[in-house]
Amino acid sequence: MSESGPPIADPAGDVALVATGAANLASVTAAFARLGRTCRVVDDPADLLAAEHAVLPGVGAFGPAIDGLRQRGLDQALRQRVEAGRPLLAVCLGLQLLFEGSEESPDAQGLGLLPGRVRRFAPGLRVPQMGWSPVTTSGGPLLHEGWAYYANSYRVADADLAGLQGVACSTSEHGGPFLAALERGPLLACQFHPELSGSWGSDLLRRWLEAPCPPAA
Amino acid sequence: MPARRVIPCLDVRDGRVVKGVQFSGLRDAGDPVERAAAYAAQGADELVILDVSATPEGRGHAAETVAAVRAVLDIPLTTGGGVRTEDDAARLLEAGADKVAVNTAALRDPSLLGRLAARFGRQCVVLSLDAARVGDGWQAVVHSGTERTARDAVAWAREAADRGAGEILLTSWDRDGTRSGYDCPLMAAVSAAVEVPVIASGGADRAEHLAEALRAGADAVLIASILHDGDTTVRQLKEALAAAGLEVRR
Repeated sequence: MSESGPPIADPAGDVALVATGAANLASVTAAFARLGRTCRVVDDPADLLAAEHAVLPGVGAFGPAIDGLRQRGLDQALRQRVEAGRPLLAVCLGLQLLFEGSEESPDAQGLGLLPGRVRRFAPGLRVPQMGWSPVTTSGGPLLHEGWAYYANSYRVADADLAGLQGVACSTSEHGGPFLAALERGPLLACQFHPELSGSWGSDLLRRWLEAPCPPAA
Repeated sequence: MPARRVIPCLDVRDGRVVKGVQFSGLRDAGDPVERAAAYAAQGADELVILDVSATPEGRGHAAETVAAVRAVLDIPLTTGGGVRTEDDAARLLEAGADKVAVNTAALRDPSLLGRLAARFGRQCVVLSLDAARVGDGWQAVVHSGTERTARDAVAWAREAADRGAGEILLTSWDRDGTRSGYDCPLMAAVSAAVEVPVIASGGADRAEHLAEALRAGADAVLIASILHDGDTTVRQLKEALAAAGLEVRR
């Protein structure tokens, strides 16, 4: 510790939680706190770019969430982070926003960082899907086999994953296989909630925090 | 589909876990954070905290309890009791709940469900429905079972799901605390009437009862007194369910 003054605040050391408006951030914040990390909500593109680790959380509806990101210029900052290979964790609706669009808000355009569209679960199934399902390994370093907790009505169906290249995917089943999560370097996107998925989820968050990544530009 | 869930419920009054029979005769059953951590370690799939404080002062502890539990809990947390407005729900969600259960206030003003779903997403909105047998059917009851409504419980469940409830916590008022088994016909009737998941509540004594409710169509089972008394553990119950051919997370 320096004796010349108070410790220098290091906001870049916080995990940045992207403000999407309605998202409930307490569970994500608590999960990172158990891993010894503090979180900070960011709604400024410069702060989002400066942060070492950023989380795009998500509850609520696709259309309002993407509108909220655009209004604050956060969509561009997210795009830059992903294109530069900087660490990003997208959770639930956050994963869905990375794609081109969703049946939930047909007129809204997603971030389009990944090809494909998000669709509602087939009729006749329990919706929202609420509970724990087995997850396959992606074959990548982050996503191991285990049980994950879901709370969602929309998902990317397995059949829509054909256009995804250079990413490693995990799947779960609810009336057929769907995208559980994907990883590409320090980009991790989860349809499930790692922050609510017990010690398996906590271990996944830890691996993401420790994943090697390029320094900020 | 997701595995069937086993969900311990903590009734909390003035910051302490209590238990009672048919919503009365409350006895102390421990510290909520200790109970929550113990049940999570036993393999609980979620946790429900219902605030049953009789006074606004007591209810003021609810957000503190939720925050303290959230700090240690890495599984989903639903909380309810006295939620009347979107702001009540916001306070509990900000404190660390993942879902909020509404009961009486939604019966009085069903549009509350739509407003909650619009603001927080329907996966955050749980309808807590207490149902009492009346003739061949069931009616919704309010005020901790002291007041019957004229509302048919199955029709109300369907309307609530249409309006924005993403899950239904269905308690049999006749069976609650009796340990005589869940009201399986009630669970079957509501599960068949709605697309959203149904949590069976009221009457569990042993694993066989849990299996019956799940076979009747419930997606999850709520348990309280059998755990608080130390008669069994979540792990033992889930092992018995798995042995009975039901898929559970282990």
